[in-house]
Amino acid sequence: MFGTEIERLIQLLSRLPGLGPRSGRRAALALLKRKETLLLPLLEQLGRVAESIRSCRICGNLDSAETCAICRDPARENHSLCVVEDVADLWAIERSGAFKGRYHVLGGTLSALDGVGPDELSIGQLVARVKAGGVEEVILALNATVDGQTTAHYLSERLQGLGIGVSRLAHGVPIGGELDYLDDGTLATALKARRPAAG
Amino acid sequence: MSQGVLSPSGPAASGARACPRLARLTLHEFRNYPALTLDLPQEAPIVVLTGANGAGKTNLLEAISLLSPGRGLRQARLPELLRTGGEGPWRVAARLVSDAGERELGTGLQAESERRQVRIDRRNAQPAELAAVVAVLWLTPQMDRLFLESAGGRRRFLDRLAFLLDPEHARRVAGYERVLRERGRLLADAPASPADSAWLAALESQAAELGVAIAAGRLTAVEQLNTALAQAAEPDFPAALLAVEGTVEGWLASMPALAAEARLAEALALARPKDAATGGSLVGPHRSDLVVSDRRRAVPAARCSTGEQKALLLAIVLAEARLVAGLRGLPPLLLLDEVSAHLDQGRRAALCQRLLAHGGQVWLTGTEPALFDALKGRACALAIANGRARLEEWAV
Repeated sequence: MFGTEIERLIQLLSRLPGLGPRSGRRAALALLKRKETLLLPLLEQLGRVAESIRSCRICGNLDSAETCAICRDPARENHSLCVVEDVADLWAIERSGAFKGRYHVLGGTLSALDGVGPDELSIGQLVARVKAGGVEEVILALNATVDGQTTAHYLSERLQGLGIGVSRLAHGVPIGGELDYLDDGTLATALKARRPAAG
Repeated sequence: MSQGVLSPSGPAASGARACPRLARLTLHEFRNYPALTLDLPQEAPIVVLTGANGAGKTNLLEAISLLSPGRGLRQARLPELLRTGGEGPWRVAARLVSDAGERELGTGLQAESERRQVRIDRRNAQPAELAAVVAVLWLTPQMDRLFLESAGGRRRFLDRLAFLLDPEHARRVAGYERVLRERGRLLADAPASPADSAWLAALESQAAELGVAIAAGRLTAVEQLNTALAQAAEPDFPAALLAVEGTVEGWLASMPALAAEARLAEALALARPKDAATGGSLVGPHRSDLVVSDRRRAVPAARCSTGEQKALLLAIVLAEARLVAGLRGLPPLLLLDEVSAHLDQGRRAALCQRLLAHGGQVWLTGTEPALFDALKGRACALAIANGRARLEEWAV
């Protein structure tokens, strides 16, 4: 049906998250049909990104500079450090605009079954950053999955005795959420983590 | 197109509430069915499937069991469900009607993968979401040996009962098993170094939290079931009494959950050298057992006759059905495969009476229609043969 070049393009596109063979074929066809307005600009941008984007040497965020914009920003607070699994999580927290401190991207979670141990994650760098001073609180913003929570337990232990506070994100009722629609697990966690009402 | 379509004018059970029941079931390349559409009469809450051995009665029940999370009543691997020589992938779809209206459920194998696809009201959904739409409860001849075989089967049975009462239970069991596998891999891979010890401690603390929650969930389920069983004591059925035997369950009887968590984490840490040698894990709720006995005679189920064991199991399943109906307001779909085997005539009649009182849809199988005489005129009977279903004329 296709030439091998197109086939190869479809295979590569199908490996993108959220895409399968069918959407890979659609994306390939869209690119080929709109060569001037889509394919060539995309090619050029991919080249530029491949050339310039790297992991920040301090926090692991992606940026075109060796030290990312967040780590360079003098207005950000040095005393709080937010630990996330992945750059996607960093972006999510940045979108909220609620956090003014610095980040640390782990690069995944501990998983013995997938062969991901502490050495595969940037845990050593995290401990070194804390030991270097200036950090007063580490916020563990890890996913509420089994692996995420195991990693959070592990990090709390590794950070113990360094003279800093370690906190975790709260789990509970989402903003605008109706209790009736909440799953049982979230509701139970929210009840456990209840807080005194002010006033 | 469709085979075995039934007329919607089935025998009526007067005054039936609109409990969740399948109004239509469609199979595509599933087991021995190339294509089948069953339109079921609204009024008949009980569906009896009869036919020779190997006709495909259990396959139909298995298809319905796949409308709940998990791998269905045979625990089969998903690709095995494809009809031999069938043009994949297999599909099971159903229309469920209840007081709350109509829901459309569908499942099958995803094209080009071994993963299950689930559709609810024509939208993609996670398998776990099925539990919120309908509860499915089953009893199969394989479970006849439940009281005689290893504790693993009884634990799975109990966990399924607990899950129907608290859907979070399944997530905890899956999480706990995963954490134990991770710990096993870590113990097997590396001799303990300081870093590994902290990693193990993180896994053990997770295992302790999930493990104690699992034990507590099982104890709650057993307590609720015992209450329901005591309320329904009838002369024709043995009164089952349930208990969970296990270290963690024992701790929970004498200390708060938080203390039990600390104790389990400590026990896991102590067991590391032995667990590394055996490749397993010595302590935890994965070692517990469900103990069933005949309450009136105080005899353990394993020492009861085959027929009495079957009746004990049936009593538990029916009590669970009543509990789920009470807790969720909607009786579950009951799938009872070859249920009358090993039951004497008196118990068969008593069972039929109970099923008529269940209120939800019940699917029964048997080789002979005569086994279900007590349901004559009050059930919809289907003769199954060669991958087809035919509505039986069943005189009142």
